[in-house]
Amino acid sequence: MKWGVVIFPGSCDDRDALYCLETVLGQQATALWHKDRDLHGVDAILLPGGFSYGDYLRCGALARFSPIMQSVCEFAHAGGPVIGICNGFQILCEAGLLPGALVRNRSLSFICDWVRIKVETSRTPFTAACRVGEILRLPIKHGTGCYVADAETLSTLENNGQIVFRYVNAAGEASETANPNGSLHNIAGVTNARGNVVGLMPHPEHAVESLLGGEDGRKLFRLPFTWL
Amino acid sequence: MNLTYRSLPVTPQVVQEHGLTADEYQRIRHLLGRTPTFEELGVFSVMWSEHCSYKSSRRLLRQLPTTGGQILQGPGENAGIVEVGDGLAVAFKIESHNHPSFIEPYHGAATGVGGILRDVFTMGARPIASLNSLRFGSLDHPRTPYLVKGVVAGIGGYGNCVGVPTVGGEVYFDPGYNNNILVNAFTLGVVRTDRIFRARAAGVGNPVIYVGSRTGRDGIHGASLLASREFDTRSEALRPAVQVGDPFTEKLLIEACLELMQHDLIVAIQDMGAAGLTSSAVEMAGRGGTGILLHLEAIPTREAGITPYELLLSESQERMLLVAKAGCEEDVRAIFARWDLQAEVVGQVTNDGLFRACWYGEEVVHIPVSALTTEAPVYERPAAPPPDWAAHHRLDLADIPCPSDYGRVLVQLLTAPNLASKEWIYRQYDFLVGSNTVVQPGSDAAIIRLKGTRKGIGLSVDCNSRYCALDPYLGAQIAVAEGARNLAVSGARPLALSDCLNFGNPEKPQVMWQFQQTIAGIRDACLALGLAVVSGNVSFYNETEGRAIPPTPTVAMVGILPDVTRHVTQWFKQAGDIIVLLGETKEELGGSEYLALIHGRVAGSPPTLDLSQEKRLQELCLTAAQEGLLSSAHDVAEGGLAIALAESCISHPDRAIGARVQLPSGLRPDVLFFSESQSRVLVSVPPAALSRLQVLARSASFPLFILGEVGGNELDIGGYCRLPVEMLRREWRTALARRLEAVVVPGES
Repeated sequence: MKWGVVIFPGSCDDRDALYCLETVLGQQATALWHKDRDLHGVDAILLPGGFSYGDYLRCGALARFSPIMQSVCEFAHAGGPVIGICNGFQILCEAGLLPGALVRNRSLSFICDWVRIKVETSRTPFTAACRVGEILRLPIKHGTGCYVADAETLSTLENNGQIVFRYVNAAGEASETANPNGSLHNIAGVTNARGNVVGLMPHPEHAVESLLGGEDGRKLFRLPFTWL
Repeated sequence: MNLTYRSLPVTPQVVQEHGLTADEYQRIRHLLGRTPTFEELGVFSVMWSEHCSYKSSRRLLRQLPTTGGQILQGPGENAGIVEVGDGLAVAFKIESHNHPSFIEPYHGAATGVGGILRDVFTMGARPIASLNSLRFGSLDHPRTPYLVKGVVAGIGGYGNCVGVPTVGGEVYFDPGYNNNILVNAFTLGVVRTDRIFRARAAGVGNPVIYVGSRTGRDGIHGASLLASREFDTRSEALRPAVQVGDPFTEKLLIEACLELMQHDLIVAIQDMGAAGLTSSAVEMAGRGGTGILLHLEAIPTREAGITPYELLLSESQERMLLVAKAGCEEDVRAIFARWDLQAEVVGQVTNDGLFRACWYGEEVVHIPVSALTTEAPVYERPAAPPPDWAAHHRLDLADIPCPSDYGRVLVQLLTAPNLASKEWIYRQYDFLVGSNTVVQPGSDAAIIRLKGTRKGIGLSVDCNSRYCALDPYLGAQIAVAEGARNLAVSGARPLALSDCLNFGNPEKPQVMWQFQQTIAGIRDACLALGLAVVSGNVSFYNETEGRAIPPTPTVAMVGILPDVTRHVTQWFKQAGDIIVLLGETKEELGGSEYLALIHGRVAGSPPTLDLSQEKRLQELCLTAAQEGLLSSAHDVAEGGLAIALAESCISHPDRAIGARVQLPSGLRPDVLFFSESQSRVLVSVPPAALSRLQVLARSASFPLFILGEVGGNELDIGGYCRLPVEMLRREWRTALARRLEAVVVPGES
């Protein structure tokens, strides 16, 4: 299987994502340039973290208009697996591929730290290798990571099992103190109704080597064949 | 278009407004053989400013050791370069952005980060780690919280967006910086040894190409008026002289320039930093022994009506000047266009040794390059110690009562701004991007790995300016020794350093004396420890209303680990490990945090330093780390042994662990607890490794004391205090946030 990592001019974690997939996990991956429309026959797409076009407006607001995003949307609508990490999550929300939006952290400051998230569903290609209830330790690094949605959307997400990850404490409880950014319902990641598009604020690609602090992120890149 | 542009007349008042002395103006007239034009006066004023010319420091800086086996580039280029093997080298430098950050903390600090990043990638190196060293006034000063928040947000706002991790730093609070904060930014990049670029213009007829942001009217005279003068109450009015940063454009510039450097298209490249277009053109021509002719009307501008004078002096950010090979213009343009950046030919390399600038064919600047570089004034300024210097040193411990409750004093120190955890600050920086951060902020040194090798790079930045104020020679030595020690305890062999020398007005003999003593201190420590200074920056005129800052020679140290998995962190890890102190505790409370905070005294001599002893300690630590003996190792620094013990218990990112120790007897208890004697390291080792460590210490003739054992949930210092470590950790971690967030900041949106 082959991954495509989209590179926007202001992407920061694009090289990390490629390093994680190719060098650490030994998978095939290729860079997809934001000005192109060609997806080069990839089987899964990763939208990396960073500041796509500077994000001076709203995070991801410009990126959704880029040529590559047209192709990414078509790929997603056809059921292709797409994961957006951090800025990638913001872009997926802006592009309407995922419900809800991300706003400034409750603290109004950028936060870089390690957090714990609980896997709420394994019915996405990116969590298929996880157990429901499993706790992963991953880093976050964002200023705009507070997940919000209207009450109706939230209840749909809850009822349909579209909440993929929640911030939790060591005991696995989605407590107020375990919530780093004020996200509603402690939401760290969501999926679309079909389950093929996932967005999350924590960075699994930064948790794949014990030398750098942990390997819990590896599981998210183990896609089952049934999705391809 | 402004074809009818008329230059302004040069009057004595205009000369004075440009910060030039009467003698300097006469020298200009002599060098030119005529009266300079208004534009030329502007060019001289920035090139001869203290900031660009180093006219007060240059002679003394020559005393510093700057060469060595692995050093590929010493001072004089945009950054220093040290070879690290495997065909790789690291390029690094530290630089100040003090005055801009005091006037406009967010953008001042942000553009400080931007400037140092450009200095590094200009050499062909991809930036992979940044550090910063910050000095603020007392937290009780009404402006301090505003400055702290603005500076930290600015560093994060810029560094996070360009995708370079901020992996470490240091922060001190001292009333001496109330009206003149320090923001020193450091970046390190990695470069293939056969792909190093320099800023030497060559090849007559080669095109000079301008890339990056368009030129605006921001930052004009930043180098001469902001960076080379004292401050007063009117400084707020200088706010327009502070540049505004655009990290997104910087990111594009980094990627585009590094892509450009993969091809054989350019001969020289330099960023437009202080003094903008003028200094980058003049310095490239100066180093190459050539001339440069610029066509100013070709410069991309943000608005109509910008004058030649403004184009020459603007310090708009995110701009680079490069010399391409003739005929490669279109290839260069194509690479920048891919990143949506403009690249324009704005001039050419000449063989006349002149810096010339034309405006629609009319020559407005015609100056020999040498007049701006080698013939710039160099001053040997008078130096003398302050008359009351000896009085500072008087400290009689008989006047200092011992505390009755050591636990209370320990908590007081641990929660004081200088010793409290800096987590509130570094959590606002992306310290992970790049996938290289092995030891994140919060240990003695940051460790990053070098991809494609087994190696790691250790980084630290250090300076205790209280020591420097009491004794600048000893203080500077300690800054170098402690920087190197921070690396050695982490398992990294110190290689070289970059220094940022922050001082007051060099025209004052006392400041010049401090500077002189500092250079001697850095020199002697470097020679004893086998280190060299490969890059740096001098920042004078850090004064407000006649009051100078404490001398602050910030030392950024870079070291190497042959095997990055053998790194050591400062926190205790395993119950049952033996706690050992390497080094001797002496009656040295002079200049200590304890004396300042608990007794309100800044007095005495700083702790003594025996450099050969220090060298032996560092070798001992490196060997022990290499052999994998150490569970933890922590430099005993500000706050002394008691604080080092507490930090070892509570600084693990996730948890606290207790310790039971007995301090050696024979000294006053407050000395045992809080003396800041140098050349001491607190380590913990598994019981099985203890005898080997003892053998190593004995063969190095280095004193070793077994203090106790790791374990439990209390820090138990036999006979003096028992403190729950969870409480200590909570207090220590939240102290700074409590102080900063309790304040409503004026003017913050």
